[in-house]
Amino acid sequence: MNIPAAERRTVITGLGIIAPNGMGTDAFWKATREGVSVLDRITREGCDGYPLRVAGEVRAFDPGVMVEERFLVQTDRFSHFAMAAADLALQNAQLRTEEMPAHRVGVVTAAGSGGGEFGQRELQRLWGKGPSYVGPYQSIAWFYAASTGQISIRGGFKGPCGVVASDEAGGLDAFAHAARSIRNGADAVVVGATEAPLAPYSMVCQLGYPELSRSEDPERAYLPFTAEACGFVPAEGGAMLVVEEEAAARARGAPVRAVVLGHGATFTRSSRWDRSREGLARAIGAALERSGCAPNEIDVVFADALGTVEADRAEALALADVLGPRAARVPVTAPKAGFGRAYGGAAALDVAAAVLALEHGTVPPTPRVTDVCHDLDLVTCRPRGVELRTALVLSRGLMGSNAALVLRRPEGEI
Amino acid sequence: MTRRVAVTGVGVVAPGGVGVPAFWDMLTAGRTATRGITLFDPAGFRSRIAAECDFDAAAFGLSPQEVARADRYVQFAMVAADEAIRDSGLEPGAQDPWRTGVSLGTAVGGTTRLEHDYVRVSGEGERWDVDHRRAGPFLERAFTPSVLASAVAERFGVHGAVQTVSTGCTSGLDAIGYAFQAIEEDLADVYIAGASDSPISPITVACFDAIRATSPNNDDPEHASRPFDARRDGFVMGEGAAVLVLEELEHARARGVDPYCEISGFATFGNAYHMTGLTREGLEMSMAIDTALDHARIASCDIDYVNAHGSGTKQNDRHETAAVKRSLGEHAYRTPMSSIKSMVGHSLGAIGAIEVAACTLAMARGVVPPTANYEDPDPECDLDYVPKTAREARLRRVLSVGSGFGGFQSAVVMSRDGGRSR
Repeated sequence: MNIPAAERRTVITGLGIIAPNGMGTDAFWKATREGVSVLDRITREGCDGYPLRVAGEVRAFDPGVMVEERFLVQTDRFSHFAMAAADLALQNAQLRTEEMPAHRVGVVTAAGSGGGEFGQRELQRLWGKGPSYVGPYQSIAWFYAASTGQISIRGGFKGPCGVVASDEAGGLDAFAHAARSIRNGADAVVVGATEAPLAPYSMVCQLGYPELSRSEDPERAYLPFTAEACGFVPAEGGAMLVVEEEAAARARGAPVRAVVLGHGATFTRSSRWDRSREGLARAIGAALERSGCAPNEIDVVFADALGTVEADRAEALALADVLGPRAARVPVTAPKAGFGRAYGGAAALDVAAAVLALEHGTVPPTPRVTDVCHDLDLVTCRPRGVELRTALVLSRGLMGSNAALVLRRPEGEI
Repeated sequence: MTRRVAVTGVGVVAPGGVGVPAFWDMLTAGRTATRGITLFDPAGFRSRIAAECDFDAAAFGLSPQEVARADRYVQFAMVAADEAIRDSGLEPGAQDPWRTGVSLGTAVGGTTRLEHDYVRVSGEGERWDVDHRRAGPFLERAFTPSVLASAVAERFGVHGAVQTVSTGCTSGLDAIGYAFQAIEEDLADVYIAGASDSPISPITVACFDAIRATSPNNDDPEHASRPFDARRDGFVMGEGAAVLVLEELEHARARGVDPYCEISGFATFGNAYHMTGLTREGLEMSMAIDTALDHARIASCDIDYVNAHGSGTKQNDRHETAAVKRSLGEHAYRTPMSSIKSMVGHSLGAIGAIEVAACTLAMARGVVPPTANYEDPDPECDLDYVPKTAREARLRRVLSVGSGFGGFQSAVVMSRDGGRSR
């Protein structure tokens, strides 16, 4: 398609979801819509002795069912999730990539921690037995680029390949990156993030995050926007999506699920959540400006919802700064309160949830949260039916990044 | 109107000498910094050689607190960024911090610190359920690679987009490429862009031993990195960082700065072939070169110098030679093409940025750095690799290419029209 870059719009045509509350679009949306919480005590092997008790685990995932053995042995669990999610997304999009020029299909992932479980196993071989016991796949399984590389090879995708590592916010930055690839000539990009941070040594590494919830009670461990907020609960899993150039997608009669309108990113230092108020507000402002969208067009907000009082306050104030008096009436939600934050994967799951919300005209609730202590219209307890055209997705990284992404329901389909 | 992207500052931490003067001196002398590993005891490993940085963080102004908090690779990046900012003449607070971004690459991030603490918490690999009480402070900052860009952004009060890029061994080229695109697209006016890695630790050495990617020439380390030479037997691991200040051209001119050169084109593709293997034909690298040239609106016959990936593995060097010939045609035989990995080793994610720094200096100073150790021609590698000795040449259009695990192939095109020599 020789359309000028500025006119090459990016649309979402497929969702691939591997989440603690459900695998595949239907299971995920059902659980998300109903506000089910699956946060629970951690059961992964060797993970029960730490002052981090509660997480969102993807317990139903059987890698052998979804990914060929030869790819499984070369890769960590985070890439297992990524490959499985990419398959689901491609099926969902009904994209016949084998009929497309290989160099016009790209892959972009965000990665927050890489193949920690695989890496720990190989470290144990090295230090417990000796250098010659380290296997041939350590060099390709642990590093942050593993999932992008394997998805590219497994699918035969030779287009632009990228990996951004700006922790949680990277999950949104990846979509900006994919949109750039589309503007510059790619017809389709498999984009998203999956994480697998629940291995013993990875857990030990996360214990240093002051924002981590150390609660032992799954019902109280992650209560964003409440006075009881005591931090975030980590999770594994994530989502991969298929995005396409709009004209190409429409030409093949693809189901256009949402338009990726605009993205903004800023930085306001790690652990300085008070400053993220301005950072988020400016990221939202930039995303709206690039979307050609006014603040009063926002119909729903998928919040970052870090779950500390200070960070939640900054987010509520940022929304008030951007949306003005209307802020108290725009529905805000945080489905991740029911399944945890899978770092970059959390933002990708929020994008998927936002697409489903736009389609269904339904804002899913924030699980387990009832008493909201900030001045915003947080959807709690039950889903809210409302006409939705434009969604704003927010994400912040523990190292100081703020990102905003604006999605819109395709025209003529309301 | 197209926004152009200038390079206005360079900073380097490389094996053989920290800082641009030492780096340039080494490259033009054709000296090699490869040696027996001293950062840990390499007994029992297949490859026991590396290009290490003699790096004293305190001597470069990092406080004990900064040293405790930052991994070695982050320290490298901070020191390289200090030099690049100083070189650019940018004053803190003099430009809009919300229009300034950071894009830094790393392939393996904090693995050296991760391994160090792992040994303690696991009792040297005794237990799977490692003991968290024995972990050192700031371990979480080794866990997530976004720390790299974050630490540099905090140091310079940056508030724009801040991103770590981690596409394996093309991380450095890609991080610079993304920054270039962001300025071109008017998302920012200034970027601190580059890459850093400090991978010389037992686990990383062991993982390349396992696939025989690194040179086992332990008896002659200074001649072990032999890109394009018939007797090459693998890459020699390196470490280091390079950081560039990229600036929208008019922004640089408005403050009276004469840039080194411009970044004019960038492209990256996957080969979808193999995580570590390369084809003989180099089609996808060639496509990256063609697309980057196209982006830069520069004809392939105008390229004056190719800075090669040139890792010194059997397959890489013939793959890359084929790719360059495919893109440049007959002009490839007339174009000098050298690999500085012969001198500074292969610092994984960092090297792409170090190579772009080398190109920047080469253009400004009119000197092509050589390929050290090049002696015996390989029939499959039949281009002009600038053996051993640096060469004076007017360089107006330069291409730098990279290949990485995952099958990634990237190309950056740089240009210089007039300007002050520096």
